[in-house]
Amino acid sequence: MLGIEDVSVEFDGKSALDDVTLDVAEGEVVTVLGPSGSGKSTLLRVIAGLQRPDAGRVLLDGEDITAVPPHRRGIGLVFQDHALFDHRDVQGNVAFGLRMRGDSRNDIEQRVGELLELVGLGGYEQRSVVTLSGGEQQRVALARALAPEPRVLLLDEPLGSLDRRLRDRLLEDLERLFERISVTALYVTHDQAEAFALGDRVAIMRAGRIVQVGTPDDLWARPADEDTARFLGLGNVRNGTIVRPEAVAVTRAANGANGDGVVEKVARRGPTVHVDVRLDTGETLEAAVSGLDHPSPGDRVHVAIDERGIVPLD
Amino acid sequence: MSARTWRGLTYGVPLAFLALFFVYPLVSIMERGLSSGDDLAAAIDVLTEPLTREVVWFTVWQAVVSTALTILIAFPASYVLGRYTFRGRGVALAVVTVPFVLPTVVVAIAFLAVLPERLERGWAAILIAHVFFNVAVVVRVVGTFWAGLDRRVAEAAATLGASPARSFREVTLPLLAPALASAASIVFLFSFTSFGIILILGGPRYSTLEMEIYNQAVRLFDLRTAAILALVQLVCVVLAVWVATRLEQRVALGGQRPRERDVLRALRTWGERAVVTASLGMLAIFLGIPLVVLVERSLAIGDSYSLEAYRALGRPTDAFLATPWEAVVNSVVYAAGAAVIALVVGGLAAFAVAGSRGGGSRLLDGSLMLPLGASAVMLGFGFVIAFDTEPIDFRSSPWIVPVVQALVAIPFVVRIVAPTLRAIDQRQREAAAMLGASPARVRREIDLPVAGRALAVAAGFAFAISLGEFGATVFLARPDSPTLPVAIFRFLGRPGDLNAGQAYALAVILMAVVAVSVFAVERVRALRTGWV
Repeated sequence: MLGIEDVSVEFDGKSALDDVTLDVAEGEVVTVLGPSGSGKSTLLRVIAGLQRPDAGRVLLDGEDITAVPPHRRGIGLVFQDHALFDHRDVQGNVAFGLRMRGDSRNDIEQRVGELLELVGLGGYEQRSVVTLSGGEQQRVALARALAPEPRVLLLDEPLGSLDRRLRDRLLEDLERLFERISVTALYVTHDQAEAFALGDRVAIMRAGRIVQVGTPDDLWARPADEDTARFLGLGNVRNGTIVRPEAVAVTRAANGANGDGVVEKVARRGPTVHVDVRLDTGETLEAAVSGLDHPSPGDRVHVAIDERGIVPLD
Repeated sequence: MSARTWRGLTYGVPLAFLALFFVYPLVSIMERGLSSGDDLAAAIDVLTEPLTREVVWFTVWQAVVSTALTILIAFPASYVLGRYTFRGRGVALAVVTVPFVLPTVVVAIAFLAVLPERLERGWAAILIAHVFFNVAVVVRVVGTFWAGLDRRVAEAAATLGASPARSFREVTLPLLAPALASAASIVFLFSFTSFGIILILGGPRYSTLEMEIYNQAVRLFDLRTAAILALVQLVCVVLAVWVATRLEQRVALGGQRPRERDVLRALRTWGERAVVTASLGMLAIFLGIPLVVLVERSLAIGDSYSLEAYRALGRPTDAFLATPWEAVVNSVVYAAGAAVIALVVGGLAAFAVAGSRGGGSRLLDGSLMLPLGASAVMLGFGFVIAFDTEPIDFRSSPWIVPVVQALVAIPFVVRIVAPTLRAIDQRQREAAAMLGASPARVRREIDLPVAGRALAVAAGFAFAISLGEFGATVFLARPDSPTLPVAIFRFLGRPGDLNAGQAYALAVILMAVVAVSVFAVERVRALRTGWV
């Protein structure tokens, strides 16, 4: 469906995209996960036609669209911070793409209504976009991009500027929406939770390159290299192997028993608790344990590792 | 329309306009004055003549002193409007703007009415009128820039032990410097090339370059000397414009500016209220009295008050070949035409200037500034010479007056529209393109609606400026179709109470029309920025 072939972009001699190749199948949602400055927004701009690649091609349905101007590509883009048209109301924003393709007035009105229902903003037609909350603006931006039925939808950190709770809620909404309308989408984010929740496949980007592409389970099971493993939060990397934190069991040493090490730090992350243990051998090991019962810093503990959680790196 | 065609249009139309109506007339002056060999000798003669030195000296001197006085007098009001928010702040800003768009002829005649006879014609009258006219520039430029300075910077200085005076000197003043310099260069330019005020208030003894060009060309018909002086003036003006644009860029590069509401503070103590009232009140008195006296004079015929001067406006006069009332109509029609031309040419130029930050657009921006300072008298004189004969006989066309007025108004249009276009978030245009809008469609759907208000404001200013244009129009308006400022000037040259009364009456009408258009403009502006 969407193909990116060997695309490179340089800014002032510095490489922003370095020989990137990626395919998105029909109806598939691919998320691009990377730290800021990794080139993921540039990748979207190349696909959208807003940035000319210095090398490589962009294919849509097998057709080379590298030289096609953005307004003739039929690709939708949801901008970071929305980029809504402040001088138009909600209706005017969502209707824009429909007017560009010359829909009749009745059709436009009907479709705008449908889309606003879809994103949960039914009846908002006449509202001014500047009076909307961040989450509402985000929904308008999404409805606007979806309205002209783009062949591919691109989303550039669409939830980036929202606070955590709102982000979680919109994330669920987006998941449901993507299932319902079976859209082909490329979604860029620096947030792991978003990337793994939404992506059928996740592409991990670093320094202008895609270092790994795979389903969320694949990535967790076999990270491509140490950096990727660390980026995914798999802290226990040593001697070319990873010990997954959830494979490490930690139990308090019974009174008088010596145990394997001492707890240095305890940090709650949602339902699980991460425990850093300094082993008597001098190494540290991170364990993800149930939040129901966990040791405290200073406790002597026994450590057991489930073999299935030891992943060799290539 | 392709991107290339559009680019060609935005650069081509303004440049062609400039070439035909600015460069060509100037070249014609030069040609007339300096074409033969002994012209060079004559030029040296003119330049070394004591009279020339005197004129240049007075021109520079009065411009420098006018600038210094204007800044001094406008400073308290700039401070108040730049630091405090209070009821009527928007109105105060609007009122302060009025003198600036008032025609120079009106300002001159108002001071003729208000000043004691002893001061009436001479350097003091010139300086006072220049201050009156230019206070708006300083208040608007410095006041609004000040309103963009983060209050916390001075507060930080205070927490580090700086007294208010010390913090002002070492923190606030250096931050304000670019705005002060920019305002000063604009005031200097206007005072340097001021014409109507010098012509009416200067008397026989005081002459500036601009005035002397007029004298030589019109009164003595010595085109060569006029051309040489015009050249001298052009060099000075180019220099001043160059400095002004450079300084303005520094103002524009102020970085991230805090919002006004994060900077302006409400009045809290009686002391603060007193300072605000005093500084704005004094300014109001200074700006208001001449205008009030002007109205009073228009009603005073002989020893009593009557509307006789106004009634006489409908009757034929021997000052020119039309009734004064027809001059009112002419003025409005010409100014409307000029506003349309200025809007089209200046609007296109604004797109070119806003479209890139490259050298080409900066050059265009600077070139379009030139007519503003290049002396209206030179323009008018140049038009007479250039378009009088073949190949371009434009002299008898009714369009000649609007065209020359538009030339003076275009820089303002560019100044008002270009920043708005520049401020449009590029992603809005990209978003439109992603939704299927072609580049031309993006301009229509995004740029135009956003710039619409700025265009309306620009149209209002262009109209007001064209209404008051005097230096060039006085050369070009035909005796049977004078404009208001020209008619006022003609009346002033005639003896008798009724003639003087009619001059005052026309000045009042001109002032009223200008004031209405400026307030309309301020309303539009208020809708956008939330003033008033």
